[in-house]
Amino acid sequence: MTTAAALAAPRDPALGPRLALTLVALVLLWPAVQIAEFNPLTLLEPKNLSAMARFLGTFFPMALSADFLHLVARSALETLALATAGMALAIALGFPLAIAVSESLSISRIGPARGAWLGPLARAPVRGLLILMRSIPEIVWALLFVRAVGLGPAAGVLAIAINYAGMLGKVYFEIFEAGDTRPARAILESGGGRVNAFFYGVVPVALPEIVSYSVYRWECAIRASVVMGFVGAGGLGQQMELSIRMLNGGEVSTMLVVFLLLVLVADVISALLRKVLR
Amino acid sequence: MNGARLVWTPWAVLAGFGCAAAASFIYLGVNFVDLFSGESARQMAAFAHGFYPPDVSPEFLRRVGRGAAETLSMSALGTLLAVLAGAVFALPASGRWGWPVRPLARIVLNVLRSIPELVWAAFMVLAAGLGPLAGCLALAVHTSGVLGRLFAETLENAPAEPAAALRQAGSGATIAFFYGTLPVVLPQFVSYALYRWEYNIRMAAVLGFVGAGGLGQMLYTSLAWFQTHGAATIILAMIAIVTVVDLLSAWLRRFLGQSSAQA
Repeated sequence: MTTAAALAAPRDPALGPRLALTLVALVLLWPAVQIAEFNPLTLLEPKNLSAMARFLGTFFPMALSADFLHLVARSALETLALATAGMALAIALGFPLAIAVSESLSISRIGPARGAWLGPLARAPVRGLLILMRSIPEIVWALLFVRAVGLGPAAGVLAIAINYAGMLGKVYFEIFEAGDTRPARAILESGGGRVNAFFYGVVPVALPEIVSYSVYRWECAIRASVVMGFVGAGGLGQQMELSIRMLNGGEVSTMLVVFLLLVLVADVISALLRKVLR
Repeated sequence: MNGARLVWTPWAVLAGFGCAAAASFIYLGVNFVDLFSGESARQMAAFAHGFYPPDVSPEFLRRVGRGAAETLSMSALGTLLAVLAGAVFALPASGRWGWPVRPLARIVLNVLRSIPELVWAAFMVLAAGLGPLAGCLALAVHTSGVLGRLFAETLENAPAEPAAALRQAGSGATIAFFYGTLPVVLPQFVSYALYRWEYNIRMAAVLGFVGAGGLGQMLYTSLAWFQTHGAATIILAMIAIVTVVDLLSAWLRRFLGQSSAQA
């Protein structure tokens, strides 16, 4: 231990700059602390403390009545169906959009062609549409669709469909472009039509990766659809939001466990399928 | 045989998914064709049209700016708290304090991480009241779970030699950690923290839907009061924030020469 003291005795040569840097960071953070009304003592106010304690106290025992379990099972199934249906629409929408922005089938790439300027011109707005679809978060889409089509799973399905189509369109496009484009090129150059070039040149190369990524996204969609329920878009989230609002901790804890199980099952299925696809 | 498997498995998965999707549509019982035809299509178009033009009055823009600042502050503070808490959790979770605490710390981190931010935010609104503080705490709690695990993995994979050398030269465990281990893992820690901050900015924008402050809360209230022009402005602000953060982080990554961290 004496040696340790001896080691520590010559002061850290970087101490000054480090302290200065910390100080600067704290000064820069101060406005953030103000704006975020960051006052952790609020947590300890007797009013808040007792409300939270009462809520947490009701977490056990969990709500396990047959009626409630039936309701939770139905909500969980609805979440699963909502994510799957949304994903199906997203694929149906994202796949053609990805083909539209892809250049791997572009004839003008082979050589001079009539109307070669048309391609890029047509691709730009589709690319913009894809960006718009994915840069508005899914839960914002959900909130908008709840206003447009009412409370319930339809809003969730549409939100996932739009947001995920934007993401899938981009990723499918990248997969088309990154894959081996020679087969498609060979078909085009030997005079095959674009439809043939797509189905015999592009799809066989890109399909395993496309399916693998879509499976991963399906897993994300399940997580997302639980959360989307909080704005009224159906499924387990909507029930959980109701129970939290009613301060019914027992119901909340049951639903949290079901939610974790749901995510775990989706995780396992997705990992399994992706391993098979590799 | 392997070739045949490669050709057919994707189609088999697709077919299975097709069946699941058909079953889902039947189970939900929503007629999406009806939803986009006739009267309901007209209503939907009218609803969408109601968002135009966005409200750009200076007074409202100032409020949106304030909401955006709240969102950014929430994400910055939440991430910072999570970095500190995550680092503290990472020590036991990486097995530094022996066997019994390691699995315990891992379980705590798993629970923190598996509950989504929005659910944490709904809890925090009960504990801390409406406003950005709740969102900040929700981000902090969830992100400490994520960062704690990532930090723990980094610590486990860090080379042991520098710290061991210090220990053999007679230094204490604390000194050996701060001067032997921390400098080795710090760049990775910073990279994870920045990646998570980027993610949290996006998240902070929507946490307000359950009352946790920022742009989300503004959007929720304006839609509840049918102020669609204002809502359009807020959505545009959200898109702007997400785009700017995307560009900045891409630039920063190229600048730092680091590949994007995955969690």
